[in-house]
Amino acid sequence: MKAEGKKRIWADYQKEIADDHFFYVRSCIRQSFFPGSEQFFLHFMRDVLGKDVFENPSHTSCTGIGYHGDIVPLRTIMAVVARHFALMKESGYKNIAISCVTSFGIYTEILETWKHFPEELAQTRDDLFKATGREFDVPENVAHTSDIIFKFRNEIAEKAKYPLINITTGEPLNGVEHIGCHYAKMFPKHGVGGAEFPQVLSGMIERWGGRVVDYPERRHCCGFGFRQYLVQANRGYSLSNTAKKFESMKPFKPDFVLTNCPGCNMFMDKWQFTIKEMDGTIYGEDGQSIPILTYEELTGLVMGYSPWDLGLQYHMVQPEPLLRKLGIPFDPSEKFRTKDGREMPVPHNLINT
Amino acid sequence: MLTYIEMLEQDVRFHEGLNACMNCGVCTAICPAAEFYDYDPRKIVDLVQSNDNEQIEKLLKSDTIWYCGECMSCKTRCPRGNTPALVVMALRTLSQKLGFFTESEKGRQQFAIKRTVGENIFKYGYCVATYAVSPEMHREQGPIWEYILDHTKDIYERFGGHVNEIGEGPLRLIPDDVRDELKNIFEVTGGTELFRIIEEHSKEKAEEMGIEYKDEGIDNDYFREVFKANNQKHTI
Repeated sequence: MKAEGKKRIWADYQKEIADDHFFYVRSCIRQSFFPGSEQFFLHFMRDVLGKDVFENPSHTSCTGIGYHGDIVPLRTIMAVVARHFALMKESGYKNIAISCVTSFGIYTEILETWKHFPEELAQTRDDLFKATGREFDVPENVAHTSDIIFKFRNEIAEKAKYPLINITTGEPLNGVEHIGCHYAKMFPKHGVGGAEFPQVLSGMIERWGGRVVDYPERRHCCGFGFRQYLVQANRGYSLSNTAKKFESMKPFKPDFVLTNCPGCNMFMDKWQFTIKEMDGTIYGEDGQSIPILTYEELTGLVMGYSPWDLGLQYHMVQPEPLLRKLGIPFDPSEKFRTKDGREMPVPHNLINT
Repeated sequence: MLTYIEMLEQDVRFHEGLNACMNCGVCTAICPAAEFYDYDPRKIVDLVQSNDNEQIEKLLKSDTIWYCGECMSCKTRCPRGNTPALVVMALRTLSQKLGFFTESEKGRQQFAIKRTVGENIFKYGYCVATYAVSPEMHREQGPIWEYILDHTKDIYERFGGHVNEIGEGPLRLIPDDVRDELKNIFEVTGGTELFRIIEEHSKEKAEEMGIEYKDEGIDNDYFREVFKANNQKHTI
């Protein structure tokens, strides 16, 4: 095939990601479970790359967990998201940076709905104005925050202090990437590499020296399932799907799992603890569980930031086995401290300690 | 009176989700719910496109429509461009509007989701917030979560948070005027009405089942029942 034809075919899998001037929307789950990740992203963008990233504290939940729990109607969530677009317009921004894969799926679903059903867009404009007096524009560029890290992966590689290499063996570390269902399964064109060749996380791992693990259940859901986790009676669904993924990846000996979605990160961390409690199963090597990292945490580690400033100590599965493989020095006495350095009590019964 | 199909056709997700299904079953092959539940999205789509009003009513009152996890994996793989999960979402909305959801164990769980995630939205401005995830209801969160709840302010401040205070960052207080805007949006767009319907039918069901119900909160037997009940007849 001629190069021109190849370019045309692959064009469908490319994504245009804005370079600067982002309106940042936090995630309910990422800010609650991995607040260090959001803090690092803002620091990296503003202080390392010198980019303009604006956060309006009046933005709220997108209500996506409620929508996929089927208690928030489509018409309602469209107006909630339109309110975020109104805040963005009022602040003078046109590029939105979204910190959550559920939210990202919600935004892309709504934008596609408005394209296919213009009467829904008109209805949302009326609803928002009636409810809040606000007006909005549709964003020019929609990026998940991992898209932005992917875009700057080469700049990160140039600053890398700890590439993804096992310092003892000299071999690349094995990274499992989990992009999360709502990133590209619904609207592939909004994801880097689409649904068939997702590059957003594998591009980071490979560029930073690691090896991406391919395994049978690579694209299987983490098991969240919204109501299947939110309601206690249903959690067997969530746990079983996570177990299915871990059973499938275990023979490939992953050194870490890199996630796109904060929900997936939380489940793959916490269900490892639960499964170990239930029947003693451990999915990592040498009696250790597999550390689960957000892309902000991995970026920070590669760049040489302290794991404790990134918040890795607040996972159930502690990162020490990975830190040792990477050759990252760490001081356990620095793990649990306040902003001003005051020592906090040490939690007990965490995994990998 | 409209048929159930005519009611479903008022939902854009139904239009997007169902063109013409050829019953190939790829959706079932890829479905995480079909892996563990007695669940087959192919059969749901086939039943709906049969336009059999009586059978669709049975479906709307069944556990079946509540097994899907809305991962949307079926959307990527359907060779005809259907999305069974969107059909399910339209069915769930209709089941609630008609008050049919309380006829099944899984459908009754909507009350628990409304009383937790739904009320978090108005109380905090978030669907999920650290202080709303209690260790008693979430034992899987493990000892680290209890620790985080015991030291919330110190931990989140280290990561730029303003816990329950005005400002940027994680767990910031969402001011009253902002939460009022959210409430107005829910009022104008039917969100409040859906909450009211869930409450009304749940209260009726609680009375019918002879279980204690309270107008607010989660400290009541009906909440505990729908949150925990599992008749063990849902799996294959």
